[in-house]
Amino acid sequence: MKYVQEFRDPQKAQGLLAAIRALGDQLTAERPGPIKVMEVCGGHTHAIFKYGLEALLPPTVELVHGPGCPVCIMPRGRLDDAIALTQYPSVILTTFGDVMRVPGSRQSLLQAKAAGADIRLVYSPLDALEIAAAHPDRQVVFFAIGFETTAPSTALTVLQAERQGIENFSLFCNHVLVVPALEALLSHPNLQLDGFIGPGHVSVVIGARPYQVIAERYHKPVTISGFEPLDILQSLGMVLRQLAEGRCQVENQYTRLVQATGNPVALAAMARVFVVRDQFEWRGLGDIPASGLRMHPAYARFDAEAKFTLPHGQVADHRACACGEILQGVKKPWDCKVFGTACTPEHPLGACMVSSEGACAAYYKYGHGRPHPAPPPRRLAQV
Amino acid sequence: MTDPTVTLAHGNGGRAMQDLITGVLVNQFQPQGPTVLEDQARLPLAELLTLGDRLAFTTDSFVVDPIFFPGSDIGALAVNGTVNDLAVSGAIPCYLTCALILEEGLPMDTLRRVVESMARAAQQAGVTIVTGDTKVVPRGGADKLFINTAGIGVMRSGVTPAATQLQPGDVVLVNGPIGNHGAAILVARGELALETDLQSDCQPLHGLVEAIVAVCPEVRAMRDATRGGLATVLNEFADSAQVGIRLLEEQLPVEAAVEGLCELLGLDPLYLANEGKVVVVVPPDRAAAVLAAMRSHPLGTHSQIIGEVTQGSGVYLKTGFGTERIIDRLVDDQLPRIC
Repeated sequence: MKYVQEFRDPQKAQGLLAAIRALGDQLTAERPGPIKVMEVCGGHTHAIFKYGLEALLPPTVELVHGPGCPVCIMPRGRLDDAIALTQYPSVILTTFGDVMRVPGSRQSLLQAKAAGADIRLVYSPLDALEIAAAHPDRQVVFFAIGFETTAPSTALTVLQAERQGIENFSLFCNHVLVVPALEALLSHPNLQLDGFIGPGHVSVVIGARPYQVIAERYHKPVTISGFEPLDILQSLGMVLRQLAEGRCQVENQYTRLVQATGNPVALAAMARVFVVRDQFEWRGLGDIPASGLRMHPAYARFDAEAKFTLPHGQVADHRACACGEILQGVKKPWDCKVFGTACTPEHPLGACMVSSEGACAAYYKYGHGRPHPAPPPRRLAQV
Repeated sequence: MTDPTVTLAHGNGGRAMQDLITGVLVNQFQPQGPTVLEDQARLPLAELLTLGDRLAFTTDSFVVDPIFFPGSDIGALAVNGTVNDLAVSGAIPCYLTCALILEEGLPMDTLRRVVESMARAAQQAGVTIVTGDTKVVPRGGADKLFINTAGIGVMRSGVTPAATQLQPGDVVLVNGPIGNHGAAILVARGELALETDLQSDCQPLHGLVEAIVAVCPEVRAMRDATRGGLATVLNEFADSAQVGIRLLEEQLPVEAAVEGLCELLGLDPLYLANEGKVVVVVPPDRAAAVLAAMRSHPLGTHSQIIGEVTQGSGVYLKTGFGTERIIDRLVDDQLPRIC
């Protein structure tokens, strides 16, 4: 078993799609409009576009692409802070490649690097720690980003720095939490969502239980899903079935990796190194209470925000940008005035255009929803 | 020539530079003895005229990092890259130049290895390196060594491939698995701590092209899919001819190791560089003959028909689910310094 192709079998997809179609018909018989299910995670969004799954869905079922791309939701003020860090001559800023193009209020990290800032790409926070060990005369800051998926590896890196006595290493911590963001969406009066396809990798770490609040308090079904096309279609079917049966539960389709209690080792490392912030700003969604992590006071010597003075400016999102409404399922990317014109993957204005996992970038890249361009007039036969 | 490393003296025009040129370069590139050591190569026109009716002329610079990687090195790449740019025009590659920019402190043995590799590649591709230049820059002014090669080839009479000639209905082929060069370089950098058997596909395409034009002189277009990969070439084709191109996902040849690496890193093999893959577009009634000719050549045994030219514009991929997605031009550089 190759364990990949089995989850991409077009024949098996037909069976799942038939069930989705039947449930969609049943659910929309007595209410207007399609059933809207949000896939929270950017990895799911990416797979949905890569395999063109939306085109296979009946008109009664619609996918809404959620805020689960940590790169996309990074607000401009945090980017400005990161760039401010690089202005300290002693600092080497290390980061993952996909953060480089995220626009700050004046510059992206890519532009700052071109202007001379010492910014280095790493594949793992451990690479940043190695750079710190190799440059004891410099201050190496790791721009930590990501949901609960990447937070444990960052935490373990801090613990390793402590063990090895590497004091010139610190974190600029931007880790964010999934469930508070979903609660913020669910509290919004404009919300038009019927259920959720829950994140897969995040759930490997946190388990299934933290989503319970969504089912119990907000009465929306959640199905935690894997990332292959058949995973996603099956999970969508499970959400619809819950709706059809009047249930609101947390179900787990991704049983091959996700356990109800999550990964206790990862959770323990996070609990030791991080504490929850009172609030964190999300691009497109604004301030969300208890939605981000910062360094535990016991690890303040590894906290770049404690070691360096940063502007901590709050910079409003671009005025024309409709990212907030797109993330709430109220608008589609093409409803935004600047989509594909002023806002493109080369020059993103809003959160959803920044990373390939953002809804707007995915629509732009894979052309979904845009009719195929009209063919040019037939050329005259060549002589 | 006993200096252990390259110094600034090897680029100053004096004795050390002369020793480098004659001792390391010329005796490799022209082992039978140089014709003339002048500031230019002098090429016999009459010989060229027997091969075709126009010259093809191209240049390319090579800055790949690392300079030695599984399957090849910067030297062979610098020869094959330019040979292939000539070959895909339907030309017979004949002469190459070699300009070296060396970083002070480069081990002389490293330079020798690269030059020997260039000489071997040139012999394999049937071209002669006839002139060149050497510059040395202070440490940090360049990374180890950079190579520029220019090449001249003779275009066969009656063979005029060009991207503007694509017509709806034409068939698109490629001569084997895509993405191996880009994937091999990525792994060779060692930053991923991955071990694979991946090898660069760096190879000269002149022989394969000869086999193609022998059965299909009316070939519409050919291009080697280097930086930006297959996706970039097809977008260039579609734009040039103002047509669409539809790829069939199930027909795309991708090796399991490349596919696995892409899964792991979120890369797309369609955008990964190749250094020995040619994209060929032929009229539909010639497709079977061209495919057979390609498959009977050692560099084309895994050739595939991968798609067709359509009305409209842009490049689309038909997935196994029957859905379509746009294969757009690259926004981000997936990987800098791959060639």
